[in-house]
Amino acid sequence: MSKTNASGRSKAPGGERIADWADGRLGIYKGAKKNLRKVFPDHWSFLLGEIALYSFIIIILTGVYLTMFFKPSMAEVHYHGSYVPMQGVIMSEAYASTLDISFDVRGGLLMRQIHHWAALIFLVAMFVHMMRVFFTGAFRKPRELNWLFGFLLLVLGMFTGFTGYSLPDDLLSGTGVRFMEGAILAVPLVGTYLAMFLYGGEFPGTDIIPRFFTFHVLLLPGIMLGLVVAHLILVFYHKHTQYPGAGRTNNNVVGFPLMPVYMAKAGGFFFLVFGLIAIISATFTINAVWVLGPYRPDLVSTNAQPDWYMGFSEGLIRVMPGWEWVIPTGHTLNFGVLVPLMIFPLVLASIAVYPFFEAWVTKDKREHHLLDRPRNAPTRTAFGAAWISWYFVMLVGGGNDLWAIHFDLSINAITWFVRIGFFVVPVLVFIVTRRICLGLQRRDREKVLHGRETGIIKRLPHGEFVEVHEPLSPEQLHYLTQHDQPKPAELPPAVDENGVERKVGRLEKLRVKISQGYFGPSGQIPKATAEEYKAIQSGHGHH
Amino acid sequence: MKKLSARRRHPLAAIVVLLFALAATGGLYAAFAPAGQAKAEQSNLSLDIEEGKKLFAVGCSSCHGTGGQGTSDGPSLVGVGAASVDFQVGTGRMPMQAPGAQAPKKPKVYTEEETRQLAAFVASLGAGPEIPKPEQYSIKGLTGEEIAAGGDLFRQNCAQCHNFTGEGGALTKGKYAPNLADVDPKHIYEVMETGSQAMPSFPEGIMPEKEKRQIIAYLDQVNTSETENPGGYGLGGFGPVSEGLFAWTIVLALLIGITVWVAARNAKARKS
Repeated sequence: MSKTNASGRSKAPGGERIADWADGRLGIYKGAKKNLRKVFPDHWSFLLGEIALYSFIIIILTGVYLTMFFKPSMAEVHYHGSYVPMQGVIMSEAYASTLDISFDVRGGLLMRQIHHWAALIFLVAMFVHMMRVFFTGAFRKPRELNWLFGFLLLVLGMFTGFTGYSLPDDLLSGTGVRFMEGAILAVPLVGTYLAMFLYGGEFPGTDIIPRFFTFHVLLLPGIMLGLVVAHLILVFYHKHTQYPGAGRTNNNVVGFPLMPVYMAKAGGFFFLVFGLIAIISATFTINAVWVLGPYRPDLVSTNAQPDWYMGFSEGLIRVMPGWEWVIPTGHTLNFGVLVPLMIFPLVLASIAVYPFFEAWVTKDKREHHLLDRPRNAPTRTAFGAAWISWYFVMLVGGGNDLWAIHFDLSINAITWFVRIGFFVVPVLVFIVTRRICLGLQRRDREKVLHGRETGIIKRLPHGEFVEVHEPLSPEQLHYLTQHDQPKPAELPPAVDENGVERKVGRLEKLRVKISQGYFGPSGQIPKATAEEYKAIQSGHGHH
Repeated sequence: MKKLSARRRHPLAAIVVLLFALAATGGLYAAFAPAGQAKAEQSNLSLDIEEGKKLFAVGCSSCHGTGGQGTSDGPSLVGVGAASVDFQVGTGRMPMQAPGAQAPKKPKVYTEEETRQLAAFVASLGAGPEIPKPEQYSIKGLTGEEIAAGGDLFRQNCAQCHNFTGEGGALTKGKYAPNLADVDPKHIYEVMETGSQAMPSFPEGIMPEKEKRQIIAYLDQVNTSETENPGGYGLGGFGPVSEGLFAWTIVLALLIGITVWVAARNAKARKS
């Protein structure tokens, strides 16, 4: 690419010379030629992941600022800063420096609030992005690994958030750190050892804040940064999925090139997200750490809850009955804490492994670059909705006191609702969602065969009233009928051609059963075929 | 003198001495005691008790019994003292509107005078805490450090139910600890002194008057309608739950609005 200037012409512009210099050493032209014109499809829901990416960047930027003033130390000091209601109170240096950041460091409070709001939004955006990927089936081959990367980012984000929330060593977060100690202690056999190991001795000790600081600013974000890069590289490598539509196939990508359209859009979008988060942070308090007071193991307040992404674990622990066994050796098995501790990873894992479960059921080895409309995968959509409802029921449990106060309810009644709802609500939501999807499929079929109901009533010469149906455009017809409708798996004949009984494994029998549920007559409505359409169109037309 | 000394064994001498002594003590009492005021208060108090008894018979006796002895619907009021009445009636909690998990705060039913009369009547049933004097709950003269110590006391004794800054919180079976914003310092003092419904009492022996004042001063700093919140609007002060709800509703809606807007701005839109 590089141009020589031997001809004695005036020198190339400065930018070009710098680019030439860089290309000679980094080979950027080749990469840029390939990638700058890379096409991305256009849809608002594809930008949800970008919100997560940008809030991650905002968190890193503000986090760097905060580390300059935060002292991750549990040494005790008397507070003498400018906040009156904490004058002379004994507190850890971590809490004192957080108060200083809030009141005595220029821009400190705004930075804290941007950091914290961005963290909540980061998790919200990852969650919503994950749901978008889930409901559109974007996790199918070849993107299963990237799904797992994203899932890992969510889990790491939760723990990075939790450690960050704990750093100020205030009475709210300290209760969460204590909660975690209790959960670790409930692990049979090794619990006490693990807790001593993590906390450097008996709770609270003097090590936990410095250790969490290392996890929060170095270990976890380091891993996350690596995963984010890998996640984005895979997005580039796989190319982006697109929604079905006229001209869009499994083998192309219809959209605009990265340069200049998406560069401009993404750049502008970054500033919009940053701007919104800054406005929110400048006007709405988050974690008013100054009124919480320093952590002391002998104190606790009501409303001691984690940030939302840990709320479902709080719900599990709040509604779990406090069962406890003392086994003959004199050791205690604390099921009240141990069971929630075991359900916690199960909740997360159940959504994470779904792509592999579906791949096992369908035995589908094809690549998928066209997204599913959620209604066209009723069982998957129902599973996702059930999972969300399950998660939500647990969140309700985590905020049971606030539900009680604000809706004039009894906290005991809410606890029982969550205990029962934990088992019942997902099942109900699964059934209802699946039926709604099937209903929508029926409607699509109607629309294809009979056109759109216009609401215009026509009176025929002999007095009959009919509603005028408007036939759909070819684009619309394509959109409503482009999807695959897989056939359910079937068991091979019980005996083979030689009359020998065929052995079918139990797992395979189960798979066939699930596949029947997915794709059998109860799992999908046959889409309108071209023959049916022609028959109707050539016949009496609209009815 | 001789005459007097000669009659000192007279049969009436003792009576004369007694008369002199009585006159002297009576005179001294008359000279030193604020007699008129005491007398007036005495008669006012008995008048208050009389009036209070009538009010009580109409408004309270159906649950608390005609003599305040309590029934199956309401506790005995013997010994709860005037402070308790002043709190319960002065904040509108009593008389109760309807039986329920808890008697909520509501506009008060009795005037200040009637409240005083009711208090006088209930106080006459048995000794209990008196209505505090203004200097007992005044927050004047407390230093910053003393107020901060009040914060520590609040976190030790109150935050378990009332939240970090007294925003209130849920208790079992529909009961709750109310929000303490803008509650009259006198009422805070009284309820700490006497307890109320689910709230335990913190009498003088457990929490001295000064500590109560410190707690009132701390609340005055962190939870009144005039409290400045350095971080901006506080979302109710309930902590992470309201913050999470806000992120999931308002912020997410705004963000999705932005994504839709950005996604709609493309090269196609410029063509025309």
